Amino acid sequence: MSQALRDLFADLPYLLGGHLLLSLSAVLIGVLISVPFGALATRHDRLRGPLLTVAGLIQTIPGLALLALMVPLLGGTIGFLPAFLALTLYSVLPMVRNTVTGIMDVDPAVTEAARGMGMTSRQTLLGVELPLAAPVIIAGIRTATVWVVGMATLATPVGAPSLGQYIFLGLQTRNWTAVIFGCVFSAILAVVLDQLIRALEISATTRNKRMGILTLSALALVAIGGIAPFVAERFGERPTGGARAGDLDASGAPVGLSSARTVSIGSKGFTEQYILSAYLESELRAEGADVSARPNMGSTILFDALRSDTVDVCVDYTGTIWATLMKRAEPIGRSEMLIEVAHYLKKEHGVICVGPLGFENAYALAMRKDRAAELGIRSIADLARHAEGLTIGGDPEVFGRSEWKRVRAAYGLQAARTRGMDSTFMYDAVRDGQVDVITAYSTDGRIAAYDLLVLKDPKQAFPPYDAILLVAPGASKLPGLLDALRPLVNRISNTAMREANRLVDLEGKAPAVAADSLRAKR
Amino acid sequence: MLDLSHVRKSYDGGLTHAVKDVSFAAEPGELIVLLGGSGCGKTTTLKMINRLVEPSGGTITIDGQDILGLDPVALRRTIGYVIQGAGLFPHMTIAENVAVVPKLLGWEPARIRPRVDTLLDLVGLEPGDFAGRLPRELSGGQVQRVGVARALAAEPAIMLLDEPFGALDPVTRDSIQSEFIRIQSEVKFAAVLVTHDMTEALLMATRIVVIRDGLVAQIGTPEELLNHPADDYIETLISTPRRQAERLDALLPGGGA
Repeated sequence: MSQALRDLFADLPYLLGGHLLLSLSAVLIGVLISVPFGALATRHDRLRGPLLTVAGLIQTIPGLALLALMVPLLGGTIGFLPAFLALTLYSVLPMVRNTVTGIMDVDPAVTEAARGMGMTSRQTLLGVELPLAAPVIIAGIRTATVWVVGMATLATPVGAPSLGQYIFLGLQTRNWTAVIFGCVFSAILAVVLDQLIRALEISATTRNKRMGILTLSALALVAIGGIAPFVAERFGERPTGGARAGDLDASGAPVGLSSARTVSIGSKGFTEQYILSAYLESELRAEGADVSARPNMGSTILFDALRSDTVDVCVDYTGTIWATLMKRAEPIGRSEMLIEVAHYLKKEHGVICVGPLGFENAYALAMRKDRAAELGIRSIADLARHAEGLTIGGDPEVFGRSEWKRVRAAYGLQAARTRGMDSTFMYDAVRDGQVDVITAYSTDGRIAAYDLLVLKDPKQAFPPYDAILLVAPGASKLPGLLDALRPLVNRISNTAMREANRLVDLEGKAPAVAADSLRAKR
Repeated sequence: MLDLSHVRKSYDGGLTHAVKDVSFAAEPGELIVLLGGSGCGKTTTLKMINRLVEPSGGTITIDGQDILGLDPVALRRTIGYVIQGAGLFPHMTIAENVAVVPKLLGWEPARIRPRVDTLLDLVGLEPGDFAGRLPRELSGGQVQRVGVARALAAEPAIMLLDEPFGALDPVTRDSIQSEFIRIQSEVKFAAVLVTHDMTEALLMATRIVVIRDGLVAQIGTPEELLNHPADDYIETLISTPRRQAERLDALLPGGGA
C-alpha cells in the first residue's frame, strides 16, 4: 500500500466514527420527533397538512445551505451541533410521511374493531396502529438514513468531522484518491445501514421477532464499533505527544502550553489554508501544546467560529476582513489597513491579531500570456476594452464580494460574463481556454507554472491582502499561546508561500510536507 | 335489559336524520335483528348502543341505566362487538386476539388462558391447533368464529353484530349461523344483529325490527312478519325468501307441503 493510501486509512477510524455518530444521532432524534408528530397528525386533520408541508419545505432547502444556515442560527457555533441539527431536520420528511401513510393505511375495519372493543385512542395507536404501520415507518427510517449518510459528507465546511473531509480536502488539494476514498467509504456505510434496516423492515413485515432482535443487535454493534474509535480519540486519554507528532521533541521540556487545554486551529477550504493549518499545528506541538484541526470551513463560518471561541487560532487576510466584515470600500495603504483591521478586530470582536505572517495573498486577475499578448492586454484597464465576450472564472465567493464590485465599477467590466467554480479548477480552466480570465490568488504556484500573466491594477481597486494570524478572545488568555505564536510573525515570504502551494497543487505533496518546507525556510 | 326509546341521529344539526325514531327492547337470550336496505339507519342504530355513534336524541338504557351517563370506553368493554370480516388484529395470534378485552379489563393471565381455550372450544376451534396461529392463516369462516369468540371473551351481557356473516359462502354461513344460535342458548346474552338479508333474519331472529328511512316499519317475530306483514314494502321483502323456498320445495323429490 502506498504511503498516500496509508495516510488516508490512518484517519479513517476517526472520520468514519464521526460520520456514523453524526448520522445515527440525527436519524435517532429524527425518529423521536417524526413518529410522535406523524401519529398526532393522523388524529388531527388540521395538523396534517401544515406538518407535511413544513417537512417538505425543509427538504427543498439545498443540503449545503441548510448546514451553513445552522451556524449563524446557533450564534456562530460550529462542529457537531449545527451539522446534527441540519441533518435531523433533513431526516424528518420521509419519516413523518411514512408514519402518516402507514397509520392511515391500516384497515379501517381493524381500527373500528379496536374502538368497538373499548380501546382508547392511545391504546389503539400503540397496540394496533403503530405495530401494523411499523414496516412502512421503518421504510421511511431507511430512506432517511441513506439520505443523511450522504448529506453528512457536507458537514465538513461547518466543522463537523465526517468522511466529507476526504472529499473536500481532496477537491482542494487535487488529491483525487482522497475524494474517491471518501466517496467509497461513505457509500459502504450507506449500503451497510440500508441493508440492516431493510432486514429490520422485513422482520417487522413478517413479524419475525428473532430476526428483529438479531438485526437490532447487529445495528447496535455497527454503531458502537464504528463510533468507539471516534469517541476514544476525541474525548479519551491522548497518547503522549511524541506518538502523535513526529516533530515534537519528547525529551525537551515543553513550555507553558503543555498544561493548557487543546488548541483548535481553524482553516478555510483551499490549499494555502491547509498548509498554514499544518504549519501552525506543528509549531504549536513543538511548544508542547495539544492541538486539533478544524479544516475546510467557509470564510465567514470560520470567523464566526473564531469570534465565539469555537476555534482558537486561524489565518485570515486583511483585505477580506476590510471588505466583508468592516464593509469598507475605499482604497488604503497596506500598513494603514493592517493597523485599522487589528484595531477593529480587537474592539468589535475581542479577536487578537498577533501580526502579519509576512506574505500577501491578493486577489488578482490573471490570463494566459499568449492570449494577453494577442489582445494587447497588460492591465485590468486594457481588459475593459474587450470586456464584451470575455468570461471571467473565479471562486464562488469572489463575485459576491465588495472588492469585485469595486473592480468591476472602477474598470467598467460589467459586460464580462462571470463563472463561479471551485478554486481548484479555475487555473486549469484558464489554461485550457474554458475561461479567458480568472480571479487568481497571487500566492498560487500555478500562476508561474501555467505561464499566466497577472494583470496590473493601476487604480488599486483590489485592496491589500496580508495574511494575519488571529487568536480568539478566550484563547488569547491561555498562558503561553500568544508567546508561542509571536515568533511566527513576518517569517513567510511571498516566494516561500508560492513554493509551498506549488508543492501541493502541482506535485501532489501532502499539506504537511509543504508546511515542513515553510519551517525549513525560516 | 337493553332498551332503546325514540332514538334519533342527525349529522347536520337536525336538518336531516339518519335515524328518525327507533324504539325496541332486548332481553337476555333474545336475538333482535335490525333489518333493512342500505342507508336505512340500521348500522347507525347499532353503533349508538356502544356509542361509536353518539345519539342526537332519545334514550338508550342498559338495566335501567342511561348509557350517556357511562364512560364510553368502559361501556364498550362490557358489550361484545362483531363486524363483517371480524376485524381481527393481523399482528396478534388467535389467542392474543381473543384475550384483548380481558386484558383491557386487567384480568390475571392465569384467568385469561383457560378462558381463551374455553371460548375457542365454544366456537368450534381446537385451542391446541389454533391458539398460536395468526389470522392470515385462517379461512373466512374460522376468522369469523374467532371474531365471535373475541366478542364473548369478557362475558358481555349484550352482543352487537354488524353484518357478521355477510362475506361468507352459503355453506359456511349456514353452519356458523346455527352455531351462533347454539352458543346463545348456552350463554344467555342479549344480541342485536344488523343484516339486509331477510333469510338470515327469518332463520336467526327471536324478533325482527324492520327499519326504513330511519323509522321502525314493523317489529315482530319471524312468524308475525311472514303472516302479517305491516305493509307492501315488508310484503316484498318477505316474498323473496318465501318464493325461493317454494321453488326449492318443488324441485325436491316428494316435495310440496
